[in-house]
Amino acid sequence: MVVVIVVVVVALLLISAGVFFLVRSSGRAKERPGVSGEPTAPPQSAVEAPSVEELEELLRLPEVEEPGTDVAVETLEIAPAVPEVVERPRLRDRLGGTRKAFSGAFGRIRGRKIDDDTWDELEESLLLADVGMLTTTRLLDAVRTRAKETSVTEPEELITLLRDEVVTLLTDDADRSLHLTADEPNVWMFVGVNGVGKTTTIGKLASQRVSEGHRVVLAAGDTFRAAAADQLQLWAERTGGELVRGQEGADPSSVVFDAMSAAAGRGADLVLVDTAGRLHTKKNLMDELSKLRRIVDRTPGALKEVLLVIDASTGQNGLVQAKQFAEAVDVTGIALTKLDGTSKGGIVLAIQSELGLPVKVVGVGEGIGDLIAFDPAEFAAALFSDEG
Amino acid sequence: MFDALSDRLDGIFSKLRNRGRLTERDVDEISREIRLALLEADVNVRVVKSFIARVKERAVGAEVAKALDPGQQFIKIVHEELVATLGGTTGKLTMSPKPPTVLMLAGLQGSGKTTAAAKLAKLLKSQGLHPLLVGADLQRPAAVEQLRVLAGRVDVPFYSEATDPVSVARGAIEEALRLGRNFVIVDTAGRLQIDTDLMDELKAIAAAVQPQNTLLVVDAMTGQEAVNVAEAFNDAVGLDGVILTKIDGDARGGAALSVKEVVGKPILYAGTGEKLDEFEPFHPDRMASRILGMGDVLTLIEKVEATFEEDEKRRAEELLQSGRLTLEDFLEQMQQIKRMGPLQNVLGMIPGMPKEVKNAEIDDKDLGRIEAIIRSMTPEERRKPELINGSRRMRIAQGSGTSTTEINNLLKQFKQVQTMMKGMGGVTRKPKGGKGKKGKGAKPKGPRMPPGFPGLGKGFPGLPGADDPDAGGLGGGLPGFPPR
Repeated sequence: MVVVIVVVVVALLLISAGVFFLVRSSGRAKERPGVSGEPTAPPQSAVEAPSVEELEELLRLPEVEEPGTDVAVETLEIAPAVPEVVERPRLRDRLGGTRKAFSGAFGRIRGRKIDDDTWDELEESLLLADVGMLTTTRLLDAVRTRAKETSVTEPEELITLLRDEVVTLLTDDADRSLHLTADEPNVWMFVGVNGVGKTTTIGKLASQRVSEGHRVVLAAGDTFRAAAADQLQLWAERTGGELVRGQEGADPSSVVFDAMSAAAGRGADLVLVDTAGRLHTKKNLMDELSKLRRIVDRTPGALKEVLLVIDASTGQNGLVQAKQFAEAVDVTGIALTKLDGTSKGGIVLAIQSELGLPVKVVGVGEGIGDLIAFDPAEFAAALFSDEG
Repeated sequence: MFDALSDRLDGIFSKLRNRGRLTERDVDEISREIRLALLEADVNVRVVKSFIARVKERAVGAEVAKALDPGQQFIKIVHEELVATLGGTTGKLTMSPKPPTVLMLAGLQGSGKTTAAAKLAKLLKSQGLHPLLVGADLQRPAAVEQLRVLAGRVDVPFYSEATDPVSVARGAIEEALRLGRNFVIVDTAGRLQIDTDLMDELKAIAAAVQPQNTLLVVDAMTGQEAVNVAEAFNDAVGLDGVILTKIDGDARGGAALSVKEVVGKPILYAGTGEKLDEFEPFHPDRMASRILGMGDVLTLIEKVEATFEEDEKRRAEELLQSGRLTLEDFLEQMQQIKRMGPLQNVLGMIPGMPKEVKNAEIDDKDLGRIEAIIRSMTPEERRKPELINGSRRMRIAQGSGTSTTEINNLLKQFKQVQTMMKGMGGVTRKPKGGKGKKGKGAKPKGPRMPPGFPGLGKGFPGLPGADDPDAGGLGGGLPGFPPR
């Protein structure tokens, strides 16, 4: 297959180039009277098209960084004192924005007859919540059927039916616990695209587990982003976890390996593995992730969770992300972050219904305690609540 | 990125292309399909509504009715509206008459502000400016450190202090004056647009340094929320433009359309990869073409221009004319293409590529294998591949460290390409035929693709009229487009 593609591409490009220059030179020839349109006339100058220098700058091949092979492992012994005391917020309290958006749209259909506009309003509010066309259609079809069966006439009842459907979809008796077995090594891996909040989520989870009496090792597997390990180190200091890091540009698998050995050596029972953010379309980086997983799997049974971190403001691409990451590292659940804004996080519905991946934790703020378990009933209720 | 959307629209319009008339019902159906595609691409519901309304109004109006080819006319309308929504023209940064010019980046957490700051500094530096990078994100742990490291990598001075963001920004201006830097890039902390305290802080920073350019950094993967974010930031600090990040993924990037429509300010730059030089000016016209499945032809041409030497160009031209291609030529061309960057990226720019090919994972190392095979042939074999018999095949396989199957595959494909080239040669010998000078001229340029590449030939357009650099990829020969 690859051969086919390469050959075709080369040929196509060759042809494109050929056609292009041919057209150009004959075009020029035409402009100049007296010169025959002989198509082999040599093209004379490079394009006067937009700034060639600028392009060259842009086109310069990226320098390949030598992957440092030596991983200087520097482990910080942190005095396990002063982990910050935290209060857990409730999901409902943090969902103000979401709630308003939903009730806003629903408010408009109240007290009217059920007609096409009603359904359009319902559809629009679900779409606005990033639920996606497919899941929206599915939900509304179910509501339509139920409405017919129960001969519903009031729009309010439609909303109730819709909420029920959402709850049904979410509470597909999924396992939402984070697995941690006492007296054996436990590893949780965190994966996701760039900027979704992996490191922050790890920091918050470390804080929770440390306060529950676990000894936690944070593995700085993001050796790509500048200062990513520093960021995790600050979290280690705040939470009383231990950090294992490598040099920038080092092979992340060696960091993970070292973190696991360090955990074993010190009797830590939980290793939280941070990984560099990567777009799911980058094959090499996804391969690297699979390799990381294999390193962890060398200790059979140690890998308890692979959490895909998804930003609540993510649109329909979240579903593709979930698919690709699940394929590469067999994701066990979703950590939905940044749900404290007006972002609706509706992509969660699509991910659960399409891929059966449950949301396990939810990030609802920047504070160290702002990470809570996902409760579908509360989530759905909060979505459709009328207050405030 | 926007590929899926182009696939959708492509599917719709392929039905239209051969249609003589466009009825009102057609328009309704197409509108529905476009709506669906745009929604799946994360374009905001409200934006979709107004977009469709505009397209529809024009489509059912006289414009289409009078057109010779209503189908093409429709596509043109959609394209024009896309360009209009995405920005119309390419935007520019505002320079302060009294240096330093100040630019402030703002956005949600994780949208890519810090990386964008460093990339922008690198780009501006290459344009002869003297930027100063300022770390005013004192919120996220190690954000300042991250920017410091990146500043070192792009070799641009860096400034920050452990006080508060407003003081940092103020101090940065003094530092810029002291160091003689004429462009200050202020990276701020990510914040939610509903976080009143942090939004006030952002206003305070803006008030303190009076940036000529306040850019919102938006993740291309953002969903419906993009509109609210853009609106709120615009209300708070008055945006001058947008940077769209992470467009190297496969997100359809509807956020770009939404933000542009809501804020009404240009998308200035796009982040196209993790490397610090993967950052480009945003081209709305090219992007619109891409959305419509026309590939990024202009960029491709520029790449070809920048890569091929004069004599190489002439050579390619001759090759095409003669319609005869040997493995030697092939090897030569392949090496030039390698210089254009990763094959996958190049592939993405070719219009009309079927999805299977575009999404196929191509390792540039595979080019090396092909190269090895050809290099293991004798010059004679390269010129006359039909000479290659069983024992020669064995020798080549051993010499190149490949298998005879691979060699067979290559030879088979090569033969098909040769056939194709012959077809091309014939077409180009009558150069006026298909250059889009007539309405129907936009038919494929006739690379009769051999069986086995369904769809490849169909979508492969000619390249735009060569002396028409401002055509935005719409020069003469693109498929489905009426001539200008």
